[in-house]
Amino acid sequence: MKQLVQATIAIMIACFLLFFAVRSLEAVGSNGSSDTLTIYNWGEYIDPDLIAQFEEQTGIHVIYETFDSNEAMYTKVQQGGSSYDIAVPSEYMIETMIEDDMLVELDHSLLPNAKNIDPYFLDLPFDPDNKFSMPYFWGTVGVVFNPTMVPEDLTFESWEDLWDERLKSKVFLVDGSREVIGMGLNSLGYSLNLKDDEALREATDKLKRLTPNVKAIIGDEITPLMINNEAAVALTWSGQAADMMWENEDLDFAVPTEGSNLWFDNMVIPKTSDNIEGAHAFINFMLDAEVAAANADYVGYSTPNAAAMELLDEEVVTDERFYPDEDLREHLEVYENLGLEWLGKYNEYFLEFKMSLN
Amino acid sequence: MFNKSTKGALTPYFIFIALFVIAPIALIIYYSMLDLHGNFTLANYKNFFTSTYLSMTLTSFWYAFLITFFTLLIAYPTAYLLTKTKHKHLWLMLIIIPSWINLLLKTYAFIGIFGLYGPLNAVIEVFGFDPQQILFTDFSFIFVSVYIFIPFMIIPIFNSLDKLNPSFIYAARDLGASAWTTFRRVVFPLTIDGVKSGIQVTFIPALSLFMITRLIAGNQVITLGTAIEQQFLVSQNWGMGSTIAVFLILFMVVIMLFTGQKKKGGRA
Repeated sequence: MKQLVQATIAIMIACFLLFFAVRSLEAVGSNGSSDTLTIYNWGEYIDPDLIAQFEEQTGIHVIYETFDSNEAMYTKVQQGGSSYDIAVPSEYMIETMIEDDMLVELDHSLLPNAKNIDPYFLDLPFDPDNKFSMPYFWGTVGVVFNPTMVPEDLTFESWEDLWDERLKSKVFLVDGSREVIGMGLNSLGYSLNLKDDEALREATDKLKRLTPNVKAIIGDEITPLMINNEAAVALTWSGQAADMMWENEDLDFAVPTEGSNLWFDNMVIPKTSDNIEGAHAFINFMLDAEVAAANADYVGYSTPNAAAMELLDEEVVTDERFYPDEDLREHLEVYENLGLEWLGKYNEYFLEFKMSLN
Repeated sequence: MFNKSTKGALTPYFIFIALFVIAPIALIIYYSMLDLHGNFTLANYKNFFTSTYLSMTLTSFWYAFLITFFTLLIAYPTAYLLTKTKHKHLWLMLIIIPSWINLLLKTYAFIGIFGLYGPLNAVIEVFGFDPQQILFTDFSFIFVSVYIFIPFMIIPIFNSLDKLNPSFIYAARDLGASAWTTFRRVVFPLTIDGVKSGIQVTFIPALSLFMITRLIAGNQVITLGTAIEQQFLVSQNWGMGSTIAVFLILFMVVIMLFTGQKKKGGRA
């Protein structure tokens, strides 16, 4: 009994000490002010130096959290457990969040740097007049491949090349239902937003014939594995491909001509925000030409910021693989919000495809 | 059954159990009967009995069985030999230490070790063979899972072996039993409780593994855990996710019943 009491007291003392230690550390972290900003962004999607620069300029303490899918982000913001001030969803998710009344309307007078954005990326159908969102990055979905490891005649100008028999167990796919099922639909000449059971069935059956070539279906781990030449081919996003090509110069990237996905990630302010003014300051900061250029240089995705593009390497911004011109963009499709019913169906088909791997 | 003062002392525990055990399970069952639009339905249960989810259940059980089998195969002899060593608690400690390292870190380490250009393939090449595809195979999945579960299996087995009174063994040998018969008729039956707890702490989590299925098996192995994660986070179909969770709970209850500790005589 005596020991029990002693143990209890020891644990309580430890708890109190830790509690005060945390309190004092947090006070130091926020530079003596209680002004904080919680940012919810994709993994590996910002130059960390820029966060430090923003904190220095404004005195706002930034709490940075990451997510790995739009849906995961949506679920967490909807739960309202944390007060996110900034989130960076993709276009179809922004549409959903506007419909569900989850976003704060932007005050454009606080965002003078918005003039830097290429008008092509403003006033898009998912957010007319940019009432709720400001462009962050954009890109495509395509195939990154290692020409030294695949037969020479495979250029991945067509999705069909993925089905080539010589690629047995050499292909990585990204673990996303819309990307993979969308690729199946595109390869058959269908739209990747199709809501049609028969076409989805056909696409899934076609994908099942791809299984001998599929080595694994994984997430962000694709980047280090492709850099280490663990596989020859991967279906992934353009910016992730740029990251890989930066580290492994053998790699090349192609967007098949049958069509693929064109996506936009925009900054929004969820209604959970406690610091709407700070959030505007952050968006405006990220729209600054120099900041956006530094960020694009670090992250590797394509920037919608025209002023920043002038500051970037000529070679980078004229590379059609990552900055396709408007003609090429015509072949690409933006994801539409499918609605939960059809999103569920895409996921069921994707699950069925995954089950057929083994 | 209880006198008044014990009853009062137990109140906080009843509240705790009601809030953190009964309420969550009730909520899962409630959600499992809702469709996407929040209407009451049993369609999720019907959906579970389609070929996709049934074969997924079978796969989960098969892999959980394999993992438990190999874990037991390695853990029992290890625990047995440990009790025979001089500094047994030190050795046990050394086996347990790896379980203090974050699971995700250990998993990522295996991606490097098993890679085409990793150390394991370097050894294979020294012996004159071509590099093998180890990562993203059944072998790598089971190997890593077994590695992770071994400490959890060893501890209960070690404890029951350690408590075993050696005079039983001397008696068996005096009465002419061979070493194998002694083990089969005396040692194993007396430590079966440890084995059962070990199986519980391995088999049940193994049924719902999901990080390792992606990182090490590259989604070549799909378990019920993967499906639950996808239903909640991607499809946002809480109903279906909860339905799978309900079945997982049912399976676990069955396993607990099978491996439950029967009370014998005066021993608790």
